[in-house]
Order: sequence, then structure tokens, then C-alpha cells
Amino acid sequence: MRKTSQYNPEDRNIRLYEAIFKLVLKGAGVIMVTLLVALLVTILWQSWPSIREYGIHFYTGRKWDPVFKEYSALPFILGTLATTLLSLVIAVPIAISLAIFSGFYVNSGFLASAIRTLVDLLAGIPSVIYGFWGLFILVPVIRKLELSIGIVPYGVGILTSSIILAIMIIPYAASIGRDVITMVPNDLKEAGLALGATPFEVVHRVVLPYAKSGLLSGVLLSFGRAIGETMAVTMVIGNANFIPGSIFDPANTLSSVIANEFAEATDPLYISNLVHLGLILFVTTTIIGFLGRAVIRRWSVNR
Amino acid sequence: MNKHILEIDRLNVSIGADKIIKDISMAFFRKKVTAIMGPSGCGKTTLVRCINRMHELIPNTVVTGSITLYRKNIYEMNPIMVRREIGMVFQRPNPFPTMSIYDNVIAGYLLNGIKLTRSEKDTLVESSLAKAGLWNEVKDALHRRGAFLSGGQQQRLCIARALAMKPRVLLLDEPTSALDPKSTAHIEDLISELKETVTIIMVTHNIGQASRVSDFTAFLYLGELVEYGTTEKLFTVPDDKRTEEYLSRKFG
Repeated sequence: MRKTSQYNPEDRNIRLYEAIFKLVLKGAGVIMVTLLVALLVTILWQSWPSIREYGIHFYTGRKWDPVFKEYSALPFILGTLATTLLSLVIAVPIAISLAIFSGFYVNSGFLASAIRTLVDLLAGIPSVIYGFWGLFILVPVIRKLELSIGIVPYGVGILTSSIILAIMIIPYAASIGRDVITMVPNDLKEAGLALGATPFEVVHRVVLPYAKSGLLSGVLLSFGRAIGETMAVTMVIGNANFIPGSIFDPANTLSSVIANEFAEATDPLYISNLVHLGLILFVTTTIIGFLGRAVIRRWSVNR
Repeated sequence: MNKHILEIDRLNVSIGADKIIKDISMAFFRKKVTAIMGPSGCGKTTLVRCINRMHELIPNTVVTGSITLYRKNIYEMNPIMVRREIGMVFQRPNPFPTMSIYDNVIAGYLLNGIKLTRSEKDTLVESSLAKAGLWNEVKDALHRRGAFLSGGQQQRLCIARALAMKPRVLLLDEPTSALDPKSTAHIEDLISELKETVTIIMVTHNIGQASRVSDFTAFLYLGELVEYGTTEKLFTVPDDKRTEEYLSRKFG
């Protein structure tokens, strides 16, 4: 009988397998890096005509009007910032409360696993479904609200998109937050409780300071997600290519205008301008990604 | 005057279907060190956790019987007040990594939102660190985070943190099991000094430690209190055969 239980580094087969295995892993890494570079190069190359033609004016103009060949990204940058920030304002307090609840107060038993499953389920729903729900339910509600305060009842607009975005990022942020809070060492929580602190005091003084970096990078990741979210936003934002005056105004985000206009853009410069918008989005999300890492490095707690 | 500070009366503890503590009654002497020893899984940690109601954090724990501190039933007191009177130091040193050494010492006050004046804080920090034998080592680094401290220093910081609350009883749950021999010796010396001011109940699975630092020793086996008496008696002429066997390291 052959001995199989022993690992013999002299065995040629084992060495060969190891080499192949390593090659496959390395290959996957190389492919990813190549894809990323190729993507960036393509976007840069495609947006070059727009960059050359408009330069800085692409960021300072006040209108995007393809009919009169006036192109400025400013309305969309502002629209994106407004919807994303407002959605974070709505989502973060709810997400962090949910994370504290399911990561600290009720971290075992039926209720905990029910919440966990539901939150994860919610995070997996396609965004077009959220868009539909927004159109059918949220838009009429907002319209009523707008009528009652006496402004133009668009129904669609920045507020509507922000609420939809918030609903979409809550499960995402809450699930990151829950994992971060669950990872706070148990002996620190016990130390707090053993000093006579209430659970709230332990959360406030022990758990949150410890989980700070993880929670903030979770918020940044959610920000990155919200900024690029296209489908649901396109459905409820109202698609208006001017600088929004209030949160009730219809607007457009960088991603929603690309989704809306790409199919009908025929002029090569028009297309290049849309790709230029994509470049802005690409660079922004990359910066946010790096920022998230920097936050984790800087704020993580040494024990 | 009553020599007993804390009395346990017919305490039974079960977690789920497992009976962890079986009908234990014992009384602890004021300003003495009592060691609770026994093999792993004998219920000694559960027993001390019941004394400051930390067992309530474990789901499905059922407790019957009573524990009284100066004749007041701790199960009828607010758990938060119980834990202020009965401090605890854990197996693994667990100073708060997000707080400075200074804030760690007064963490009990910070956590409970008790306001102290600057000079009250300074006095409390210095006296607590001095009692824990750490003042000279950290007095120049009070406002740094404690991560650079050695394991033994961190554990003494935890003792200072517990002492700052001015507890009547200090529970030590295997306080040296994660430490090197030198730090262990340091903590053992400290325990002998501390009994001047506070009653100490110490869990240990180190027989030598129990004989070195305690005045009284209790031997627990399979959730039962096998024998309880002065350390001298228990280590020289134990009444129970199981105690004798454990001390001669026949099991455990």
C-alpha cells in the first residue's frame, strides 16, 4: 500500500501542483489589474475629445443642453452630491442604530437572526425594484407633501431619490456596521459592564470608540455605492439638466444622465461628453475607496 | 462585629440543561483573601460571576438561592450598584484601548457619567495607580494610550481601574493566567497588600498561587463546594479525600 498521509516536499508532483496553483492565483490578480488599467485607459481615451474641447469650462458652465451643444457637468455634480449627501443623512443614523441593535443588544436568538437575514435580503434586491416602488408609492406621497406646502408638485426629484437611495444603502451600511460592532472584543464590553456601566454607556464609551474606524469606512463605502447607483435614481429623479434650486426640484446625477442619454447620443462629441461624466464618477469612487482604506489604517485601535 | 462581608446561601446555577453550581453556601471574611480553586470546568468562574451579577449576560442562566452583601440581597439590588460595590478583574488584561492610562483609571466614573473635579480626578488616579503598584512606572505617560504597556502592567492598570471605584469586594478571575512568571509574582505581592483595604475573592487553578496569597481557600469540584477553610488547614490537613488528591495533583 502506498503511503499517502505524508507530505514530502521532494515529491515532484507536489511541487508541480504548487507551481500551477500559484500561477492560477497570480493570473487572476494580473487579469484584475489589467482590466482596471484597460478600463481607465478606455474612459480617458473616449473622453479626450470632450476634455480637449471644453477643458475647465466643462466644470464651470451652468447648463447641459445637447440641442445647443452646451455641455457642463456642474448640474450633475451638484445633483449627485445633493442626492448622495441627503441620502446619507437619512440612512446613517438608522443604519448605525440597526447595527448597534443587532450587533450589541440582540446578537443571538430568533430576533437577531431574523433581522440579520432580512437586512441581508434587502441588500440583495435589484435596484430597479426599488425604483418601481419609488415611482408607485413614494412619488405620490411626495407629490401630496409638495401640494400641501404649496410648491410645484413634481413628485420626482432630489428628495425622492435620496429617500430611495437611503432605503437602498441602509441594509448595506447596517450589515457592515453590525460586523464591525460584533468584532469589538467581548472582554472590553464586559470590563465596561463590570464597572457598573449601563449598556448604553458601554456602547457610547467603549463600543463606538473602538468601532469608529470600521463604521466610518462603512459610511464611505455606502457613499461610494450611493454615488454610483443608477437605475433606481434614474427612475425617480425627474431628469432635469439644470442646477437644482431646492431638494424638491427634479435633477440628474452623473450616472442617471449617462443612462438616460447614452442611447440617443449620436454626435461623437456628445458621446465623449457623456464618457467624460463617467470619468468623473470613476475618479470620485476611486478616491473614496482610497479614503476608506486610509481611515481604517489611521483610526484602527491597537491592543 | 460581623466578620463576614458576603454570604452565599444555597446557590444553584444552571445554564440551559447543565447544572454548573450545586447548592453552594459559604461566607467570605472581610479584608481577607479567599481563593477559589478547582479543576477546569468546576464552576469557579461562574461562582464569582454570580457575585457581581455578570452571569446575567449569559443567556439561559437560571440562579436560585441568595447572595448577600452586608446582609443586603444583591439580587434585589440594582445590578449597576452591585457592580460598583463589587469590582472585577478578568483573566485577560482588558484596559480600554481607546482611552489614555489616566482615563482608564477613572473609566468607571467616565462610563457612569459621574462628574469629578480636576483635582479629584488627579488624586484618584494617583492613589489608585499607587495602590496597584503602577504609579512610578506610568506617571510620565498618563495621557498616552496603554497599548505600549506589558501584559502585567496592563493587568495592574485594570486593578487600578477597579480600585478607583472604591469597591468593598474585588473579584479576581484567574488574574495571572495570561501573564509571565515575573508579572505573576508582582500581582501576587500586590494582592497581599490590597487586603488591607478591600476583600478579595480570587479564582485560580494554580494551587501554588492559592497557598501563597490566600487566607482562606475553597475547593470546588464538579459544581460542588468540597471543602472550605483556612488555607493553612486545607493545604496541610484537608478533611476531604478529593481535596487531598487534587492537592497532590492526582487530577485536575
